Amino acid sequence: MAEGKMIAGQSRQSMMRSAMRTATDHVATGLAILATVLVVTPLVAIFGYLIYKGASSVNLAFFTEIPKPEGEVGGGMANAIVGSGVLLGIASLLGVPIGIGGGIYLAEFGRGTRMANAIRFTADVLNGVPSIVMGIAIYSLIVFQQKHFSAFSGGVALGIMMVPTVARTTEEMLLMVPNSIREAALGLGVPNWRSVLSITLKTASPGVITGCMLAFARVAGETAPLLFTALGNQFWSVDVNRPIAALPLQIYIYAISPYDDQHRLAWAGALVLIALIVLAVSLVRYVASRGILKGAS
Amino acid sequence: MADRTFSGLMLACAASIFAIVVLIATELIMQSQLSWHKFGLPFFYKFNVDPDTHLPLFWDPVNGTFYALPFLYGTLISSLLALLIAVPLAIGVAVFLTEMCPGFLRGPLSFLTELLAAIPSVVYGLWAMFVLVPLLREQVNPIFIGIFSAPWMVRLFGWTGLVGDDGLFGGVNLGLGLLAAGVILAIMILPIIASLTREVMSSVPHSQREAVLALGATRWEMIRVGVLRNARIGIVGSIILGLGRALGETMAVAMVIGNSAEIHKSLLSTGHSMASVIANEFSEATSDMHRSALIEIGLALFLVTILVNGLARLLVWAVTRGTPVRAN
Repeated sequence: MAEGKMIAGQSRQSMMRSAMRTATDHVATGLAILATVLVVTPLVAIFGYLIYKGASSVNLAFFTEIPKPEGEVGGGMANAIVGSGVLLGIASLLGVPIGIGGGIYLAEFGRGTRMANAIRFTADVLNGVPSIVMGIAIYSLIVFQQKHFSAFSGGVALGIMMVPTVARTTEEMLLMVPNSIREAALGLGVPNWRSVLSITLKTASPGVITGCMLAFARVAGETAPLLFTALGNQFWSVDVNRPIAALPLQIYIYAISPYDDQHRLAWAGALVLIALIVLAVSLVRYVASRGILKGAS
Repeated sequence: MADRTFSGLMLACAASIFAIVVLIATELIMQSQLSWHKFGLPFFYKFNVDPDTHLPLFWDPVNGTFYALPFLYGTLISSLLALLIAVPLAIGVAVFLTEMCPGFLRGPLSFLTELLAAIPSVVYGLWAMFVLVPLLREQVNPIFIGIFSAPWMVRLFGWTGLVGDDGLFGGVNLGLGLLAAGVILAIMILPIIASLTREVMSSVPHSQREAVLALGATRWEMIRVGVLRNARIGIVGSIILGLGRALGETMAVAMVIGNSAEIHKSLLSTGHSMASVIANEFSEATSDMHRSALIEIGLALFLVTILVNGLARLLVWAVTRGTPVRAN
């Protein structure tokens, strides 16, 4: 029945109430839309400004030259890009195998046990520990003992941060593999470890790789733990025992410097970093939307 | 035999997650012994008084005075500001995306909010330094200053001590400060709260919505009674999780909070958070005691975030039990 039409027996008061309720409904809808607009605005603002400020400075020199001394114009972040690569390489060597192993335990061996639940909970909590705390812990553990900053310690700090994320996503992906596949493998007389590695893990591998890339993208932008492990370096270095440059670290150093030309480079560095991360996230979403386990089911 | 070895190896990998937590805790405890023995618990709430100026003296690496109160204050205020701004917006977005959004917008919008979560802290800091801080200084803060020091505000609320020239918006308007830190933190924790809230909201069974609608409720009443009320524990959990992120967020805060170890009532005044002071001073710590004091602050941050995150996870789990919580 159309609203607002006088119906026999319906009092004026209840009509008022109904109008109020409709009004509240509209107001709430409006507020929800407003909230969404307010959230999307800063994102668009950040991206727009990043492209506006960064695009003009992303040139060949940015990728091929090392930083110029303070106050001089020009230079690039080639050493920082390579340094980030070295750091992320060390981090992945450490974080990915341990993380995947942990995920395999959670999904295949410990499923439902109290031990697995405790580990899962710890992983989720560890995920929320601030990265700067990881930084000072690794500082005390490695840098303080060795008496010098190094790429190795920075890589370890990032690698440790990858473990819980990789483990949890691996677990979730493995849990999506249907049991019939495991049973089929075991039914053919394959030993359990081979079944897990070359049947279950392989079936879930697109998802597992997705998880690893998400963890990778996350630590790629980390700055705080590198401040007192990798420390940063204005020159070329790929020596794991010496301080090394990293893209986010260089962005930070340039951002707080007083020189306009370094600000320019900071924007360019931020644009490159974001481009890499957006690429990773989009790739992940593309893989996820294609149905990770399509071949399996 | 090979099976036993393999499962043992996998268990070792999983157990290393415990080991990491234990390792971090022992390292931080051992390295903070120096300041713990010198200052004890008062480290977190006491301060010295400057004999000449009679002003409180919290943190003076040159003379060996280390009290962490300003950092606790800065962390708390900036995080609370962030929650105050982020929570209503995040719930609004979650409501819009789960209940109201036309299908074609849902994918792009949730992709955008996910991207917001993927931007590194240092890039937020860069943007905040060069865009947000000038914006606050020139456009936003003057409005608040105008309202808060208007004569009628002082007449009505002067007794609270929150208005006027020494109130919440008194002092020098630098743009940098607690307010700027709160705003950038809000932008950073929004996607976490929004996506988790969305997850708990969509785990409310459809029959709940249908039942409320069948009683003749409007859409908003359906959302309020049928969805939000059922998901409230999980929403609180996601808010606490956002708080956990805000407490430990480092780079963006360090770049806009102004970096001064003082306590002022004004939100426009500069400050320091626990994470930002470590980031700023650690690699240039002037003495072993200085370093030890900073590590003790890190230990406190570690314990607080573990407690906060543990609580949040339990709350979110209580609601989405059965469907595993996303690892992010």
